[in-house]
Amino acid sequence: MATKAIVGEKVGMTQVWDEQHRAVPVTVLRVAPVRVVQVKTPEREGYSALQVTWGVHRANGLNKPEAGHFSAAGVEPGRRLVELRVDDSSGYEVGQELTAEVLSAGDHVDAIAVSKGKGFAGGMKRHNFKGQGAAHGNHKKHRAPGSIGACATPARVFKGTRMAGRLGGQQVTALNLEVVQADPERELVLVKGAVPGPRGGVVVLRDSVKAPTPAGKGAGR
Amino acid sequence: MPARSPATCAVRPGDTSTGSLEQALPRTRARNPTDIVDREQLRDDVPDFRPGDTLKVHVRVVEGNRERVQVFQGPVIRRQGTGARETFTVRKVSFGVGVERTFPVHSPILAKIEVVTRGDVRRAKLYYLRGRVGKAAKIREKRAVRP
Repeated sequence: MATKAIVGEKVGMTQVWDEQHRAVPVTVLRVAPVRVVQVKTPEREGYSALQVTWGVHRANGLNKPEAGHFSAAGVEPGRRLVELRVDDSSGYEVGQELTAEVLSAGDHVDAIAVSKGKGFAGGMKRHNFKGQGAAHGNHKKHRAPGSIGACATPARVFKGTRMAGRLGGQQVTALNLEVVQADPERELVLVKGAVPGPRGGVVVLRDSVKAPTPAGKGAGR
Repeated sequence: MPARSPATCAVRPGDTSTGSLEQALPRTRARNPTDIVDREQLRDDVPDFRPGDTLKVHVRVVEGNRERVQVFQGPVIRRQGTGARETFTVRKVSFGVGVERTFPVHSPILAKIEVVTRGDVRRAKLYYLRGRVGKAAKIREKRAVRP
């Protein structure tokens, strides 16, 4: 699990120049200072995590359980409550503020967010099926999935067969993204590559749990 | 220009101003949410140029640990994109071979962009130059000063 984590909002994508004057595609995230509302420990909750909030919330927009939760912690209510799973929550206390400073350029992070909902999508979009040919007498079956199984044996469609259905709107984790820039003053973090979800979506950044591909190997270029 | 008929003129009822449509509906420049990052990337020394203009593009070339400046000269055949992503393409014929190079307008590898001549062209993408050599590939120079 992650040793450090922070939450931000996706601003959008752009590009920046690296020191070799190459264009680097980056996602801009606004990482406002987050306030710890609750520290979860293995003794009490069975796992360690931080419950945090950020920004401001209208006081009359909170219901009583929420308002009570914030006032019990003595923390000003924020936009949302988000849980950040960390290895060891013992170093944190309620009311503590975390900023983009927890990250620095060159770190590798995972970005966790809810992807854009695509609605009911066909096999080509949802599972990268190839579809069928445009010609050779094909009629109105250009994007159809093709066969979904055999005949009298097994006489049914196997469970889990990939078909059309709801796509997106699910939690997606983008692994091993490089932090290009972390600017606590402007509350910005630039992460190399794409991050799931729409602009304005809530993104949890944690330091990567899987080792990044060693330099010179794989797709890391 | 003939006066617009009331049907096509989108002036709100009660709007007594005689101003043009642009004045009635001020054009707001589209703002990109990533402008906070892009603004500092943009160069402020980019001259005003458009397709058809001949440029001298001074490109920084790194050889080992030395850096020198190379000039790539030719007409701009395309300029596309906006903001930090904007690029332009310069075409030149080198030893009988057409060479096209695309540069990001705001790239730090550009030492300088120099406008040599203003071209008089009637389209935005000058791909027709690719099929032409010699005099046929010449672009007329713009005589009047552009407003």
